[in-house]
Amino acid sequence: MTAGVSVRGVSQRYGAALALDDVSLEIAAGEFVVLLGPSGCGKTTLLNLIGGFAEPTRGQVLIGGKDMAGVAPKARPTTTVFQDYALFPHMTLAENVGFGLRMRGVGKAERGARAEEMLALVGLQGRGARRPHELSGGQRQRVALARALAVSPDVLLLDEPLGALDLKLRRLMQDELKAIQRRVGTTFVHVTHDQEEAMAIADRIVVMNGGKIEDQGPPREVYMRPKSLFSAGFMGEVNRIKVRDGVSVLGMMPVADGVLCIRPEAISETGALRLGPARVRDAAFFGGYVRAHVVPVAAPDTVLVVHLPQGAEVQAGAVLDLGASNYVVL
Amino acid sequence: MKALAWVYMAAAYVFVFLPVAVLVAFSFQDGRLPVPPFQGFSLKWYEKVLGDGDLMVALGNSLLVAVVSSVVALFLGFLAAHALARVRLPGSVLMRGVLIAPMTVSYLIVALGLLHLFGMVGVKLSLWTVGAGHVVINLPLCFAICFAAMGDQQKAAERAARDLGAAEWQVLLLVSAPMLAAPLAAAFFLSVTFSWDEFIIAFLLTRFDVTLPVEIWSMLRSGLSPATNAVGSLVFLVSVTLVVALELLVFRRAK
Repeated sequence: MTAGVSVRGVSQRYGAALALDDVSLEIAAGEFVVLLGPSGCGKTTLLNLIGGFAEPTRGQVLIGGKDMAGVAPKARPTTTVFQDYALFPHMTLAENVGFGLRMRGVGKAERGARAEEMLALVGLQGRGARRPHELSGGQRQRVALARALAVSPDVLLLDEPLGALDLKLRRLMQDELKAIQRRVGTTFVHVTHDQEEAMAIADRIVVMNGGKIEDQGPPREVYMRPKSLFSAGFMGEVNRIKVRDGVSVLGMMPVADGVLCIRPEAISETGALRLGPARVRDAAFFGGYVRAHVVPVAAPDTVLVVHLPQGAEVQAGAVLDLGASNYVVL
Repeated sequence: MKALAWVYMAAAYVFVFLPVAVLVAFSFQDGRLPVPPFQGFSLKWYEKVLGDGDLMVALGNSLLVAVVSSVVALFLGFLAAHALARVRLPGSVLMRGVLIAPMTVSYLIVALGLLHLFGMVGVKLSLWTVGAGHVVINLPLCFAICFAAMGDQQKAAERAARDLGAAEWQVLLLVSAPMLAAPLAAAFFLSVTFSWDEFIIAFLLTRFDVTLPVEIWSMLRSGLSPATNAVGSLVFLVSVTLVVALELLVFRRAK
């Protein structure tokens, strides 16, 4: 089961603060959408509005074409995976996973079978008789995922589900989450502030800031062709150079007026957009690349971050003639 | 210095438990008065007490009032705590205060107030009126214990249950109450012990059916007897059993 979500002109006001400001978003059935942004950007508020935990001050939320105004969470075709897992500590894993089905009047035998099936989906087959406190954080989150998916929701909402896990486990769970989403085909709406996580799992990333959608698109597009300065900066490190009438601190720059944004890895000695000679201030080996701070000869007050190829052997003080192979002007 | 500490501790325990020890000891007195000298060991007063129909009826009444009033107090206290912990209402601090306030009012005042109220409304004094009095004194306790036990984990689990399709009564019955099993049991057992040996309210709000403390008081009026000691020992035994059960079943497991 899967359904699309339409968010139409939604605003949410908490007292004097505007948590969401006229946000519209179309999510296709079966899509894996990630709402990405810093804390307080409105991403969790938007998720809560879709899940029915809050009603929008203005605007409309539709799921599968149906208006959800006044529909309580329990009556919506959505379930949620919470950051703090929110498992029922007094129930076994099988009872946890079967809870939603129990609420829907499904018989005990069928519930047990479905619970085991869902536990197997998340790699916990045969552990149905255990209790949540016997599990690690990653395992608990898998149970929470199985519990939310057991009722075959049309839309699964994930509220920073990996936020409480350590980095290594988070990267592992991302891959699993993506694989599970492909298998079940349910629409996933996932909230995170980790842009690497977003790129790893999303069909589409929606970058939010200050209660508005700043940018959206497939990970590659949002990273390579961001539509706003905020989006460019939030998706990864970026060098910003102001350009006016074809002139910048680095000299003539044959681009449109605005802020020239260049990712560190897009700068090399062969890049087409010439940035001119620059002196290496320091360089460090990062495994996959060499990260260097360089100071353009033409602009001693400017520092650029450059990712050079793994094999590059640069010393502080060396002068490189650099160019950008890829850039956007915003 | 260390020896002094032990002496101090022993003295404290003696101070607290000597009266009880004397009471229990002289309930085995083989004589007519529960005063020294100890004239020999006998169980005859227990035999007499356990064969006394009035006393046994009073004991049954006490148990009934204790259990029923505690269940009611716990039910009301739990619901109030659940609501006030979850929903932010204007004046919720005031509501909490008003719920806990009866704790600070003396039992005598509570009893007098209820006596007056029941008289005005025309409710006849019975075990029900005592039960109502005991709900009044135990509700704040049950509320305070339940309220203190509700945390974020509780709220998160309830939210998840609602999200998975649970109706409000199902959330309370299947998630909130089981998660709070230990504090609920603690509140219940404490309420039972308070109701079990409460005298003033029981004395003022009963007429023909009386609870055990009231029956003991009327025994005392006819003079000292080892029989009174025997009853007191039995009451003490029940209270101790409840406290030990509470410790073993609830607090030990909570750790």
